Amino acid sequence: MKDIREDIAWAKINKDVLKSLENPRKLYWVILLIAIAMVGVAVGCEIYQYNTGMGVSYKNNTHVWGLYIATFIFWIGMSHSGTLLSAILHLMHADWRKPIYRFAEAMTTFSLMTAGLFVAVHLGRVWQIYYALPYPNGRMVWPNFQSPLLWDAMAIFTYLSSSILFLYVGMIPDLAICRDNMNPGWRKKLYTALSLGWEGTDRQWRNFRVTYLTIACFLIPLAVSVHSIVASDFAMSQQPGWHITSFPPYFVAGALYSGCAAIITLFIILRYVFKFEEYMTLPILKKIVRLTFAIAMVWTYLNLIEYASVWYGHEQAAKDVLIQKATGPYAPFWWMMNFLGSIVPLTLFFKRFQTHIPLLFAVSLLLNMGMWLERWMIVAPTFSHGYYPWTWDHDQWPSLIQWGIVFGSFGWFTLLFMVFCKVFPSVSMYEVKEMVYHRSQATKKLEATAKLAAAGLNAEKGGAH
Amino acid sequence: MSKRHLLALFSNFDEAEAVVKELRKIRIQGFNAEKDMIVKSPIEHPEVEGFLGDKPVRVQWFTLGGALAGGLLAFFLISGSQANFFAQLKGGKPIVPFPPNFVLTYEMFILGGVYISVLGFLICAGLPARRSPLYSAKVSEDQIGILVQADESASSTLKSIFTKHQALEIQEEAGK
Repeated sequence: MKDIREDIAWAKINKDVLKSLENPRKLYWVILLIAIAMVGVAVGCEIYQYNTGMGVSYKNNTHVWGLYIATFIFWIGMSHSGTLLSAILHLMHADWRKPIYRFAEAMTTFSLMTAGLFVAVHLGRVWQIYYALPYPNGRMVWPNFQSPLLWDAMAIFTYLSSSILFLYVGMIPDLAICRDNMNPGWRKKLYTALSLGWEGTDRQWRNFRVTYLTIACFLIPLAVSVHSIVASDFAMSQQPGWHITSFPPYFVAGALYSGCAAIITLFIILRYVFKFEEYMTLPILKKIVRLTFAIAMVWTYLNLIEYASVWYGHEQAAKDVLIQKATGPYAPFWWMMNFLGSIVPLTLFFKRFQTHIPLLFAVSLLLNMGMWLERWMIVAPTFSHGYYPWTWDHDQWPSLIQWGIVFGSFGWFTLLFMVFCKVFPSVSMYEVKEMVYHRSQATKKLEATAKLAAAGLNAEKGGAH
Repeated sequence: MSKRHLLALFSNFDEAEAVVKELRKIRIQGFNAEKDMIVKSPIEHPEVEGFLGDKPVRVQWFTLGGALAGGLLAFFLISGSQANFFAQLKGGKPIVPFPPNFVLTYEMFILGGVYISVLGFLICAGLPARRSPLYSAKVSEDQIGILVQADESASSTLKSIFTKHQALEIQEEAGK
């Protein structure tokens, strides 16, 4: 089965994608309303926390990070699959990515924006957030440039701004299509301004290709460095259970894993809501599912390596944290994390499930739940059972305020994402045209070769007679 | 003599290629194929570059400059602030520690590279641009456009070439 029909007319591609900017199914508005309600919950919680103080989150001297930092890591991780689909697969000439990479890139941008909010929420005193930036403070002392927390701020800023530029540059030819086809109004003005007068001249395409490729080359090491640096927040500390060499690759694998699972979820939603069945096809879904399965197995391996490093490292405090994870108050979540992260993806191994949309939707949500639990299980158990027994606090449970803000962050991400998909084309029109064109050319060549071969055979037979 | 713009639209790349080749070969008074011809297409098509011939792309130089400037700026900014060791007591540790400084240098190397590449793209691609004297929305849909600028006297010859190669539409406008 082919990834995409080769006989789709280019004009139809424009028409179908432009229609998505105007006429989504009703489900779109339902999702949007739910997202707004979720954001409302988070805003309410944040206002309450801001006015009352950080005590309402139940964070204390032992549990100084809590759900906020766990969710921050989760959202940073989510951003990685956009880079995987748009940059890595672009360099590898995997053209099946073309109908789906745009929304994956948007996912990268919006998940980074969501992650960034958690830094402010976690700080509590949001008006002093500039201390996290490389900026000389009141005592004329610069921040500590040797701290991974500062590296984090810089890496995330670099990743976010580069991802926005990558998304924007890649969208310029499509914005010109929107400009050419929209009726006069605010949308036309917006597309006219953003398309910068693009006309598809040979000079523009030539420079576009090189620029896009160059940014893709930069984004790949950047994505790896961002999550390695997030891992360094843990691995460079002396806390039991965190000081592990394999943390950076473990974090990167986890990031790609949760991102791929999120791509499956969003793929299914967009396919239905915007009627993209012809572009977001089942063979493409199958490829993403297989990729997710492969990454799930890499993550499982690195997870086991982490346990083995702690177990055979014979550092008693780290071993105690591991035992406490498996048998203490966090045990149900820890076992659930292992089950969702390593056992549930095994369903993706079976061919018949690789295109089973309802099942994949449920599995992708479960995988992301597992990945969120993974981050929580990295942060909380270590704090609850550190080196000093007088700091132990096994019974701390995050407050409703923390849960409310975490819950609302999913609404915030969904809101940004759905608004983006309604305002900007979530399928890259010019790249789908390229895909259709190159594939039809390849088929024509194959047919011509087959005809020539058949003619040669016939001639040989004639000669023999 | 006043210049005239002509835009011809074609349904496929083969026809556009044939036109470009013929325009290159033919000698017309007041028309230079290298300067006065622009090919517009709805997709990035390597064959367009093939038949137009090699033209230099200079974005990479912007990238190199931006990346180096970003990396150097980061390193010297960080080292400069660390060198203020009267304010930040180091207790015998290196005043400018290279391994941790490398991380931010690396991030700024990428940041500079990406920002300046985009700037380079805008400069090299001539963006933001004003609309060409002739433009058809069909180019962003499914047709290939060839925009030429020539003396008024050459317009009938050019039109006949376009017509010979089955141009779907020919637009004409007096230029400056």
